[in-house]
Amino acid sequence: MDNLTTENAPAAPRRLHPAVILTAFALLLGFLALIAWGLNRSMSGPIRTGDTVPAIQLVTFDGKMINTQDYAGKVIVLNFWASWCKPCEQEAAELEEAFQIFKDSGDVVFLGLAYVDTEPKSLEYLQKFGVTYPNGPDLRTTVSQMFRIRGVPETYVIDTQGKLAYAQIGPFESTAQIVSIIQPLIRK
Amino acid sequence: MELQNAMSRTIRTGLLITLAALALGLGALLASGAKPVLAQQPTPSDNEVNRVAKQLYCPVCENIPLDVCPTQACAEWRELIRLKIADGWSDEQIKDYFALQYGDRVLAEPPRRGLNWLVYILPPVFFLGGALILYSVLRKMRAPVGQAAPAAQPQTPDNGDPYLRRVEEELKNKD
Repeated sequence: MDNLTTENAPAAPRRLHPAVILTAFALLLGFLALIAWGLNRSMSGPIRTGDTVPAIQLVTFDGKMINTQDYAGKVIVLNFWASWCKPCEQEAAELEEAFQIFKDSGDVVFLGLAYVDTEPKSLEYLQKFGVTYPNGPDLRTTVSQMFRIRGVPETYVIDTQGKLAYAQIGPFESTAQIVSIIQPLIRK
Repeated sequence: MELQNAMSRTIRTGLLITLAALALGLGALLASGAKPVLAQQPTPSDNEVNRVAKQLYCPVCENIPLDVCPTQACAEWRELIRLKIADGWSDEQIKDYFALQYGDRVLAEPPRRGLNWLVYILPPVFFLGGALILYSVLRKMRAPVGQAAPAAQPQTPDNGDPYLRRVEEELKNKD
């Protein structure tokens, strides 16, 4: 009778070691967490009007280091452009004119960032349009990613409190338009 | 008439001198072993530029390798590659420069650092895992029918016989 109970009994199914199961679950969870982190990062929205703009660093084409933290209390006009961008040419002269208007007041800082451009062509462009305010490449597209720009030209105006006051998508129509955006921010 | 003869003599003499000069020049060229002159190729050549450009992607357009990208911006980047090659930069130096300027996304092959390692590690791991699972399933499928038969038997060995079940229970109680 013993044979009846032991020999014919079905073999118990082989079970995985708990450590293997735990490791598999930990790996799966880690992978999912990684995907969630990546999605969260890519879905985080651009800087909106009224949001505080993080400090921006850039190295100008002539090697000068610029940090927007040094311009606290001033209005900052941040223009993204590229030498291969035709619409950028429409506003290049206007931006320079606006810069000349505010240059001596010391209340407004104009900064240009060349978006995915080559240095020789950028320099040619700056010379062609007589741009004299500080300009530099957007290295590794760090700043343009911060603003999540969709193209060039785009211009962001930061108020004296360091908050984004205005975003211009596409070229400015005239110098007067640029001045009208900046002027009220200085008076604040 | 004399004037005409003088003029034709002068022309003939001039022609002879010109032909002699040409023959001399040609002879000098052949003697010096001069090679035929071909149209100037841009330095470095397009092939050299494209060798590097195909390892990079357009930073503006989506998923277009730089060597086949038709935009003006891409043409400028290819010219930049040409300049760098002319300056004696290696392929790696040019790729590093592009990554520094425009970010890692321009590289056809992600650099082996940080989270990028997942791109290199996960596919072989998943492939090996899949192969192991497939192997184990196939091994089970190939198992002889005689070995698999006991598993199909009912859990209780009494085959539904109430007498045998009672015997089993009594034996258990005896233990």
